[in-house]
Amino acid sequence: MRLEYPASVKIIHVPCSGKVDVLHLLRAIQKGADGAYIVGCLEGSCHFNEGNYRAKERVQYVSSLLEEVGIEGDRVRMYNLTSGEGPTFAAYAKEMTDHIRALGPNPIKSKVKS
Amino acid sequence: MIVAKRKPFDELKEMIKPYKKVLNVGCGTCVSVCLAGGEKEVAVLNAELDMARKLDDNPIELGAVTLERQCDQEYLAELDDMIGDYDAVVSMACGVGIQFLAERFPEKPVFPGVDTTGLAVNQDVGFYEERCRSCGACVLGMTGGICPVTMCAKGLYNGPCGGTNKGKCEISQDQPCAWFQIHERLSKQGRLDLIMGYKEPVEWLDQVPRMTIQPGYKKPEEEKA
Repeated sequence: MRLEYPASVKIIHVPCSGKVDVLHLLRAIQKGADGAYIVGCLEGSCHFNEGNYRAKERVQYVSSLLEEVGIEGDRVRMYNLTSGEGPTFAAYAKEMTDHIRALGPNPIKSKVKS
Repeated sequence: MIVAKRKPFDELKEMIKPYKKVLNVGCGTCVSVCLAGGEKEVAVLNAELDMARKLDDNPIELGAVTLERQCDQEYLAELDDMIGDYDAVVSMACGVGIQFLAERFPEKPVFPGVDTTGLAVNQDVGFYEERCRSCGACVLGMTGGICPVTMCAKGLYNGPCGGTNKGKCEISQDQPCAWFQIHERLSKQGRLDLIMGYKEPVEWLDQVPRMTIQPGYKKPEEEKA
C-alpha cells in the first residue's frame, strides 16, 4: 500500500497487546518519549480473549500514574484496529503525533541526563 | 494472605522529600501476590518517584531490591552490605516487614510504601476481601465457618445485635448481617443448636504483642518454665 505515517513513530512489535506492561509505557515516558501508544486488535476479537482489554486497563493505569507525577496522562493512549486496516494504522499514527505535538514535549525530557 | 495497598503517591513523595538516595525494598511474599509491593510495584514506584523528583528539580537516586520475605532476619540480612549506601529506605512490605526492617537497621529512616489492610481472600485478580482479624480466639467451629469478628460491623462474638434487618446490617444495605448468615448456614447444616453456644469475652485488656511458639520449637530452658 506504500502508506506514509509520521517518522517520529517508532514501532515495537509484540505478540499481543496484552504483552505490553505498565512498566514498558512508564519507562518510555521516564526516558523522555513524548508519548506512547498501543495499537491492539478490535475489542472482542482478541485471539487470547482479553489481551487488548488488559492493555486498555494498563494504559488507563499508566495515565493515572502520570497524572500523579504531574505529567499529562493523555500522553499514553490505546487504539484498536484489525490487521487488515493499514490506512487506519497510518491515520492513528498521524492522530497520535498531532495530539502529542499539541501537548508539546515531554517535560521530563529537558531533565533526563543524556 | 496479608493484603496491602500502595500509599498515595503524594504522601510517599512528601515522606522522602529530604533524601537524595533512597533504597526501595519490595517483599516477595504476600504483598507480591496482592500486587501491592512486589518487584514490579517497586519498579513502578521508582519510575514515578524518579520522574516527579526530576520535575521538581530535586533529583533522587533510587535503588530497588525485592527480598523473599521481610519478616525473616535471614532474608533481611541480604541488605546488610547495601544499606550503608542509602540515606533512607522505603519498604513495600506489610506493617510487619516494615517494622522488622526498621529494627534491623535502627540508624536508618524507614518509610512505609504501602498501607496494610488486613488478612484477605483473593476474589478475583486484584480483588481481595478481608476474612480474618487475627483475634486469637477463633470461633469458626461454632459459627459455620463465618467469622463474626470480621463480618459483623460490631465484631460481636455473641450476636446478632438489634441492628440486623432482613439479612442486612444496619450500617448499609450492601453489608450482610454476619449473624444472619451464620444462622442460615448452621440451619442448613442442621447444627443450629451451636448458635446458642456462648463465647466468653476476649481478654482485650493489657494488649501486648502476642508471641507464638509452635509445639516442638521451644528452647529447653523455656520448656522447664
